[in-house]
Amino acid sequence: MDFSWDKEQQDFRATVRAFLDGNLPGNWEELAHGPGSEAQTVFSKQFCAALAKAGLLIPHWPASWGGRDADPWTAFILAEEMWAAGEPRGGQYMNVNWIGPTLMRFGTPEQQARYIPPMARGDTLWCQGFSEPESGSDLASLRTRADRDGDRYRINGQKIWTSYAGHADTCFLLARTAPGKAGISIFLVPMDTPGITVRQIPSIIGEGDIHEVFFDDVEVPATAMLGEEGQAWSIVGAALSLERVGIPRFALASRMLHRAVGLLQQAGRFGPGAMEQAAKALAACEATRLYSYNIIDQRCHGQVPGPEASAARFATVTAERLVAEFVVEHVPEALAGGDPLLLAHHQRGIVAGIASGAAEIQLNLIATELLELPREPR
Amino acid sequence: MDFTLTSDQAALAGAIDKLCTRFEIKPTEFDGFALEGRELEQALENGQYFDIAAIPEMGPVSAALAVERLARLPYTAEVALSMLVRPQLDIELPRPLALVEHGRPGRFVASARTLILIDGGGIGIAHPGETDTRPVDSLYAYPMGRLTGTPAVTPLAAEVAATVATWLRIACAVEIAGLMQAAIDATVEHLSVRKQFGRPLGSFQALRHRMAECAVLAGGVRRLALKAAWTGEAGDAALAALHAQDSATRVNYDVHQMMGAMGMTLEMPLHLWTYRMKALLSELGGRGGQAAAVARHCFAVGQPD
Repeated sequence: MDFSWDKEQQDFRATVRAFLDGNLPGNWEELAHGPGSEAQTVFSKQFCAALAKAGLLIPHWPASWGGRDADPWTAFILAEEMWAAGEPRGGQYMNVNWIGPTLMRFGTPEQQARYIPPMARGDTLWCQGFSEPESGSDLASLRTRADRDGDRYRINGQKIWTSYAGHADTCFLLARTAPGKAGISIFLVPMDTPGITVRQIPSIIGEGDIHEVFFDDVEVPATAMLGEEGQAWSIVGAALSLERVGIPRFALASRMLHRAVGLLQQAGRFGPGAMEQAAKALAACEATRLYSYNIIDQRCHGQVPGPEASAARFATVTAERLVAEFVVEHVPEALAGGDPLLLAHHQRGIVAGIASGAAEIQLNLIATELLELPREPR
Repeated sequence: MDFTLTSDQAALAGAIDKLCTRFEIKPTEFDGFALEGRELEQALENGQYFDIAAIPEMGPVSAALAVERLARLPYTAEVALSMLVRPQLDIELPRPLALVEHGRPGRFVASARTLILIDGGGIGIAHPGETDTRPVDSLYAYPMGRLTGTPAVTPLAAEVAATVATWLRIACAVEIAGLMQAAIDATVEHLSVRKQFGRPLGSFQALRHRMAECAVLAGGVRRLALKAAWTGEAGDAALAALHAQDSATRVNYDVHQMMGAMGMTLEMPLHLWTYRMKALLSELGGRGGQAAAVARHCFAVGQPD
């Protein structure tokens, strides 16, 4: 058992930090508002291209796709530092974390040649067409249909809560080709295909973050399908296993907690009440950090992370909430023009227990798989 | 960063598991508050387990793994301070050890050969005579005792006292980690077999979610405690102790609520773990005390974010 970083890991973290210091503009914290905003999308393309040139965009990808086969620790150190900085990669983090690796595993040579190189260059943005108005946690009930018509599919339906859809180049779309869970297929759909309409949903979580996406007689060639008909559930399961640890939210939460405490200390307002609340929030952040490291450690040892990944996700939700509550109670000006990054952290934290599998779904998984409690009858 | 046990640690864990098998079950006839494990203590003594932290291949984190495992037993013995605090001091301290804070009753005080005394800002060491301590009846599921005499106290230098405080926090967190896991395990077993409305209680989502939250807390406590034992840093120790005490408050309530009236009985062993956790809630100033330590060590003024 060893809780220390080796020299290579320390050096890599230092390299990433130095890159951030050298490449984030002076107004970055203002820009960080709304990871799906036009301003940040434009910045992220330029930033990711620079990351790619520095060899820091896809170090964990195979060398055959432009990476250097770095281990999961490298990818996670990179993710921690990026998130702690306010995620200047914007929505492109999805490309490098799971969309690219999923295409490498399940895509046709044509799909790989078309979509992977732009990801490796930091030059493309994707969105994921999963949730629908009637299908959130119960995703398998989705209704968007893809009907075969010769060598083409005709797609009709609606997606919702789709992040980055306003500026995305391509959608990783789930649509129904037959009834039941085994009747869901994946399509890689360019967002400029006729029949796609994107409508931004005004929200409290930041500009350009969530959208409705309408598919009206959208025609795509059969070659747009990833894998085979009905294979979506197994592919998505494999894809999300790459993502199971989730976003390292504790990294920004911990940084923002320190910032808020620093502001209170400067103002002489860090009294015993605030102190206890801040300390509990920091403990929750650090517990979450270790949960996440545990998952990465499992992956490094070739194990498939089990229900601990759900525990890590729930711990993340708690830590994120404790920091956000601390800031709102003790540094209320943060949400009123006081500090753009504290504001951005608050807004991003709102989705922590809702996006990518609601907290209650995680609790169900923990109860069944970790505690082995009897299942709820269905 | 590698959380796999070394071969020495795995061997130790296996040996401790084997040793524990004799002490896993509360005797049916026992209906008291503190189930003292004198044979357990003797077995640990015979196997020289109290000194494992000092073995270079093992170190404090191995001792922490042992303390956590032993805390899951219904039997109790003075293990945590002997295995985790005693090796940090250059002076030879006869065991058992006990902590006396502000003259209050403490666990194992009546049988201790070394007392760690906290009063005001300082920490001192004393070796009580037979008449200096006496047992106290309590709900706390440890053999509790009170210091009644006035043995000679050797004050510790500030630096040594700080080390002792750090390792007391680590010992507290590690022990709570084991107690919490045992309380959760016992409750899960109950929820899995106890049926109401025609199905196991554990199949009701209202209870499943609460138990899952408890499990997440317990996992966090264990991880923070082991990390603190590995680094030995004051900030890590304070974070671990704070998370342990804070989580124990919540978990204690939930497991008793879910165990219902059975959890009130002395027949059911739940109180052996929950009332030990309650005894540890007040250590080193409780949550306020740990928070102040976190603030000193982790929120230093002028630190960049």
